[in-house]
Amino acid sequence: MLDIAGRRFESRLLVGTGKYQGNEEMLQAIEASGAEIVTVAVRRVNLDRRDAGGILHHLPPDRFFLLANTAGCYSADEAIRYARLAREAGFNEWIKLEVIGDRETLLPDVAGLLEATTALAAEGFKVLAYTNDDLVTALRLEAAGAVAVMPLASPIGSGLGLLNPYFIRTIKSRLKVPVIVDAGVGTASDACLVMEQGVDGILMNTALAEAQDPVGMAKAMRLGVAAGRAAYLAGRMPRREVAVPSSPATGMLD
Amino acid sequence: MQLTINGDARMIDRADTVEQLLHVLGLDPRAVVVELNRQIIRRPAVAATPVAEGDVIEIVHFVGGG
Repeated sequence: MLDIAGRRFESRLLVGTGKYQGNEEMLQAIEASGAEIVTVAVRRVNLDRRDAGGILHHLPPDRFFLLANTAGCYSADEAIRYARLAREAGFNEWIKLEVIGDRETLLPDVAGLLEATTALAAEGFKVLAYTNDDLVTALRLEAAGAVAVMPLASPIGSGLGLLNPYFIRTIKSRLKVPVIVDAGVGTASDACLVMEQGVDGILMNTALAEAQDPVGMAKAMRLGVAAGRAAYLAGRMPRREVAVPSSPATGMLD
Repeated sequence: MQLTINGDARMIDRADTVEQLLHVLGLDPRAVVVELNRQIIRRPAVAATPVAEGDVIEIVHFVGGG
């Protein structure tokens, strides 16, 4: 059970809705993933198209918990503006806060992130802050009022997997609010490895949308997340630098 | 009346309020959010909020994203 700001979710897998070939494929992939929390973005309506491209009527609000993001925002002020628009457009005061600092890597602007988190928390937003895998930033985001901290596994859309398990583990061990790894996983083993670090959940989009078979990958990710969580709870054996035989060393023939 | 809507200059007639503007543009007021000169128009205020020459308007909605 994933508990964020007093709200409980069965699934520890959160998914995005971007980059799918079509809405039908997206919906099937989300259903196969078992995700309850689904992210969306705020953008201008295209006034010159008959189908303006809105996604809301494809995502029944009684089945999914919609989490709006501030993707594409490069300053605290811009992210705050998008968050307010999202609150008016949506059904809740939750926001997946992104303040991006670099166009090439999409790594976060830590100062902007802290500023926006403080401001939005004061306005009553439930802020889930996308951040890098830095412990001190994560601690400050928690202190600034974030209800969840979302460190990256690797850059957004990169599919490079979990680059720094130690830092993710450290962040999880030090924060009281949920830690949800966001961005960078490419396949089910990545998701499994992320969950083995003991984090509360994981958010992904591109790994599903850009898979050859998004629905198949969504099933695999669901299993990967479940396996990783189960392995974490079971507690892994210690790592050793030497071999230890599994079969008895005694009773061998002369 | 000239308005700037989503970054583009547009001539709009027969729209005195935000609600009428959305109607002229063929948009469902329940599916979009309007920002008028940087001020978000809350849903209950859409019908009563006037639009005027030169207003800068943003009309947004949710799209797919991660």
